[in-house]
Amino acid sequence: MHIFLMLLINGLAEGALIFLMAAGLSIILGLLGVVNFTHGVLFIWGGYVSIWIFSMTGSFAIAIIAAVAAGFVMGLIFERLFIRPVYGNVTAQILITLGLGVVFTDMARLFWGPNPIPAARPEFMDGTWVFGAVIISQYRIFLIIIGILVAIGINYLVNRTKVGMVMRAGIQSPDMVQALGINIKVYFAGVFAGGAALAALGGALYVPLVGSVWSGMGINNQILAFIVIILGGMGSFYGSAVGSIIIGLTVAFVSWFYPPLTVYTTVLLLLLVLTLKPEGLFGMAVRN
Amino acid sequence: MDPLLKLENVSSFIGPFHILQGVNLEVFPGEAVVILGRNGAGKTTTLRTIIGLVPASDGQIILDNIDLTAMPPYQTVRQGIGFVPEDYGIFDALTVEENFLIAMWKEDQDTFDRRDHVLELFTDLKESYKRLASTLSGGQRQMLSIARALVNDNKIILIDEPSKGLAPIIVEKVRDTLLTFKQEKTIVLVEQNFEMACAVGDRFYIITEGRTVLDGTIKELMDDEELQRKHLGFVTA
Repeated sequence: MHIFLMLLINGLAEGALIFLMAAGLSIILGLLGVVNFTHGVLFIWGGYVSIWIFSMTGSFAIAIIAAVAAGFVMGLIFERLFIRPVYGNVTAQILITLGLGVVFTDMARLFWGPNPIPAARPEFMDGTWVFGAVIISQYRIFLIIIGILVAIGINYLVNRTKVGMVMRAGIQSPDMVQALGINIKVYFAGVFAGGAALAALGGALYVPLVGSVWSGMGINNQILAFIVIILGGMGSFYGSAVGSIIIGLTVAFVSWFYPPLTVYTTVLLLLLVLTLKPEGLFGMAVRN
Repeated sequence: MDPLLKLENVSSFIGPFHILQGVNLEVFPGEAVVILGRNGAGKTTTLRTIIGLVPASDGQIILDNIDLTAMPPYQTVRQGIGFVPEDYGIFDALTVEENFLIAMWKEDQDTFDRRDHVLELFTDLKESYKRLASTLSGGQRQMLSIARALVNDNKIILIDEPSKGLAPIIVEKVRDTLLTFKQEKTIVLVEQNFEMACAVGDRFYIITEGRTVLDGTIKELMDDEELQRKHLGFVTA
């Protein structure tokens, strides 16, 4: 039982991190119709910036805020300079975002070096709680709480604000949104930058979990995030949330009982869902 | 009197296709102008070019002495144009209320007052106000689309085939609705339903292969069977 509880918490914490990547990726795909491969590199930059700022200020909160801000600014720049000219051209989007991923990964190596940089957890979250045989990492609980808070925040934004109203309408018909007097380009830029900021937040929170930052850490999480958005249903926020929990738990349990099967299980799970429900668990229309 | 809306030799492309090749149009305040023509003539593209959803490649579009030609769609609309598209343009994932709110870009008290007034006219929508728009019938969706175009203080309303795909009894209701607000608004109507066009319109333009080839009063059109046969492919009984 204690193993089950620990794996459950590990899985939910992993799911929370994947969710931070997948939520932005899914909304970007749903609203903008952009297949975005820059999320991995934004995750990396979030990790590096947080470590860099933490080493200068000693404040975990400031480090996290700086990482999120860096992700947001990078997202704005990416959208304005590289994504906006290729809206509607999926092939160009894939090539350009993959290219940006390569360039900015190498830039991170240039700035911070090719070797992993050790990262400590903030002291106030470095401990564990022990309940009998069950040992719970405080930092993993913190990740789960952050994941829940972000999910609540996005849910509020999407369903209770005018920004969310425009996002939901824009997924169906961006032309009609413009024909109602709304500058959809501003929303597109904001959504892209918001998604980028979430990816950077994911990177900043991931680094203390694994204890170091390195330039290759984005790719696995990006692949998991893509699996989540296909599994959950492209363009669906709820799909991202549920898909992240499913993948997080699957990774945690399988990697505990039989680690070599971890990757295969997530892909098999994806195949199973796509076979039974090709549009994903909460599938909805995605703009071509 | 100066026209409220004027199109001068307007051209536009959709992809590589040269759809509008010289559209000229004048709409005066308070009148209802109907754009007629066979399928694929460029009627819908004319409305979408006025709005800016299809960029004009040549010519000039003037609304109330403001040049709209190079404006992005959201700015064009804010000069005072309401748009009721062919497919209604209703957002299914939004409630009826949200479909109104998203159109109310000004968000001032006058706009909210107009919204309340419009809801008094469209009682079906008032009853369905909190429902998802995806649950509305075809007729209700058309009403919502028209009502939404009325919440802003628009100078002109562009309406694209409001009778398309609707049952005859609903078409009558839509026609009555247009006749009601025609008294207060300037209208440009694209319509294939000749009876509807004649009931609502004061003047007409005929577009053929992306060019305006003829204009006149609706009465002239109704009385001229040869003109109907030649340009529209039918004769009224």
